[in-house]
Amino acid sequence: MEAILAIGIGILSGSGVWLLLRPRTYQVIMGLSLISYAVNLFIFSTGRLRSDAPPVLTSQPGSLADYADPLPQALVLTAIVISFATTALFLVMLLASRGLTGSDHVDGQERR
Amino acid sequence: MSGWMHHLLVLPVVLPLASGALLLMYNERRPFLKGVINLISTLATLYVAVMLLRLADTSSTGVYLLGNWPAPFGIVLVLDRLSALMLVLTGVLAAASLTFAFARWHTAGAHFHSLFQFLLMGVNGVYLTGDMFNLFVFFEVMLAASYGLVLHGSGPQRIRAGLHYIAVNLTASFLFLIGVSLIYSVTGTLNMADLAVRLPAVTESDRGLVEAGAALLGVAFLVKAGMWPLSFWLLGAYPAAAAPVAAIFAILSKVGIYVLLRLSPLLFGAQAGASAGFGSQVLLIGGLATIAYGMIGVLASQAMARLASYSILVSSGTLLAAIGLSDANLTGSALFYLVSSTLTIAAFFLLIELIERGQSPAADLLAVTAEAFGDEDEDEPEDEVGVALPGTLAILGVCFAGCGMLLAGLPPLSGFIAKFAMLAAVFAPPATGTEGGIALAGWIFTGLLILSGLAALLAMLRVGIRVFWAPVDATVPRVLVVELVPIIFLLLLTLALTVRGGPVMRYMEDTASAVHAPERYIDSVLTAPPVPAPAAQVHR
Repeated sequence: MEAILAIGIGILSGSGVWLLLRPRTYQVIMGLSLISYAVNLFIFSTGRLRSDAPPVLTSQPGSLADYADPLPQALVLTAIVISFATTALFLVMLLASRGLTGSDHVDGQERR
Repeated sequence: MSGWMHHLLVLPVVLPLASGALLLMYNERRPFLKGVINLISTLATLYVAVMLLRLADTSSTGVYLLGNWPAPFGIVLVLDRLSALMLVLTGVLAAASLTFAFARWHTAGAHFHSLFQFLLMGVNGVYLTGDMFNLFVFFEVMLAASYGLVLHGSGPQRIRAGLHYIAVNLTASFLFLIGVSLIYSVTGTLNMADLAVRLPAVTESDRGLVEAGAALLGVAFLVKAGMWPLSFWLLGAYPAAAAPVAAIFAILSKVGIYVLLRLSPLLFGAQAGASAGFGSQVLLIGGLATIAYGMIGVLASQAMARLASYSILVSSGTLLAAIGLSDANLTGSALFYLVSSTLTIAAFFLLIELIERGQSPAADLLAVTAEAFGDEDEDEPEDEVGVALPGTLAILGVCFAGCGMLLAGLPPLSGFIAKFAMLAAVFAPPATGTEGGIALAGWIFTGLLILSGLAALLAMLRVGIRVFWAPVDATVPRVLVVELVPIIFLLLLTLALTVRGGPVMRYMEDTASAVHAPERYIDSVLTAPPVPAPAAQVHR
């Protein structure tokens, strides 16, 4: 499970960085989204990967080892919300830039 | 600290949040009302900050437990001398740039006042928080508001610069998150004080992970602070931003500096065991490179706004190198320099707009702005903005000379004292007997500090001669009193820093010694008692 998750995060962030360095604004926003997915998965994995372990205490008695760490899950929720909002903001910027400069190049004009 | 006073600590965050939300209720057709609400809130926040400064200077470290959870479990707000100082500095800059914006900028786009208040909320939160993830949240609040503000006034140039600004800072935020989660995965805590306690106990095999996390965090803050290879976004965004926005942005690069100054002695100070001093070499070398880069840029820049942006880099580099040298005396002087240079650069950004008003490039920019936002009245904007005050040019010239002296570090104003104090601290006889490498770094730091002052002097002289003595088209810029007052206010403050140099320096030295001996900070946070539950109510 660890290997699959690690490879997944690696592929996501690798493609994200490549897209981020591309000249089109749409590619940049895709790259930022992929990096944010990679980061969210990464935060989630810091609580250690476990199955069948609830993060919330139940009424059944048991030791702390029966439960997953709830904190990274709370953090990842916050991170998702924030990256979602900033991506939406960036999308607006992209449209404004396209409208004002007539180009979807990140510098507002094609390289000559 | 008890009762009502206890809650004073949370006000610098809550007050801007509440008034920012309130301002959203009114639409853009009531700019005066919005302006008044914004001004009242900003001045109230400044007043609270001054009260907190007095409190921090007299009593112990103030700790506010949000939700009344004891320290390592809940989020804490912590007030000490350093955060109080930064709160006051931010309040002063906010009041000045807001006053300036009343002349015309606050109607140049939607939601200026709300964004302004949210920016203050984020910045104040960064200073006060004692929790790593909460720091991230406040950073994002600050950045989200700044994304809106950098675009204020619209126009292709701002959109282009804003696109780069947002992309770079979003990426830096992701690095921030990776760093925080790496540190959490090893230490199991996000509370800064608790982290400082647990870091020395980290096993040798995990130490690399923690240091990698800290390094990623550091990169995120250094992007904000504008260290040399990470600073190219700054030179696009700051000159493109509207003048009052650029002035308040002068504090944003100092936010990165603040976090580095807070965290590096706390987490990697002398008490940190095997990790002690981690990253200080990077700060030192990066800081020196930033001074050199900024200095060359200052000499090379044509437009005044670019000159001011390069001055921000020089100031950031000086502070980073001073933090990297990690010496309590030097840190005290560097704090003085931080206050002085931030006030100077903010005043300079405001002044540039007034000076360039008579010149053609700036006029073009403003025309573009008005066109993009769809200004209703087609009159020349120049006509409605103010009258030609008698002696305007003289006042502007004196202010410009003041900025030049402050940037160069010439005697009467506080730039001189700041640089002199830093040099004195570098050459102070070493208490611990560390010779060799430190001495060399000190020499390079000294040389670059003096050279950067000379570069600033040359650049300012050249610009001053071009603008004030040999103008090609001698139009006197039309200026409102409300635009001159904040500039004069900021420059007078630097004069006050000179006159009251002794007490201010004493405060800075106390701050620096507290920052470099964080035991008291850690102790206050971890032993802060929760508020006892109110006596049980009897239900009848």
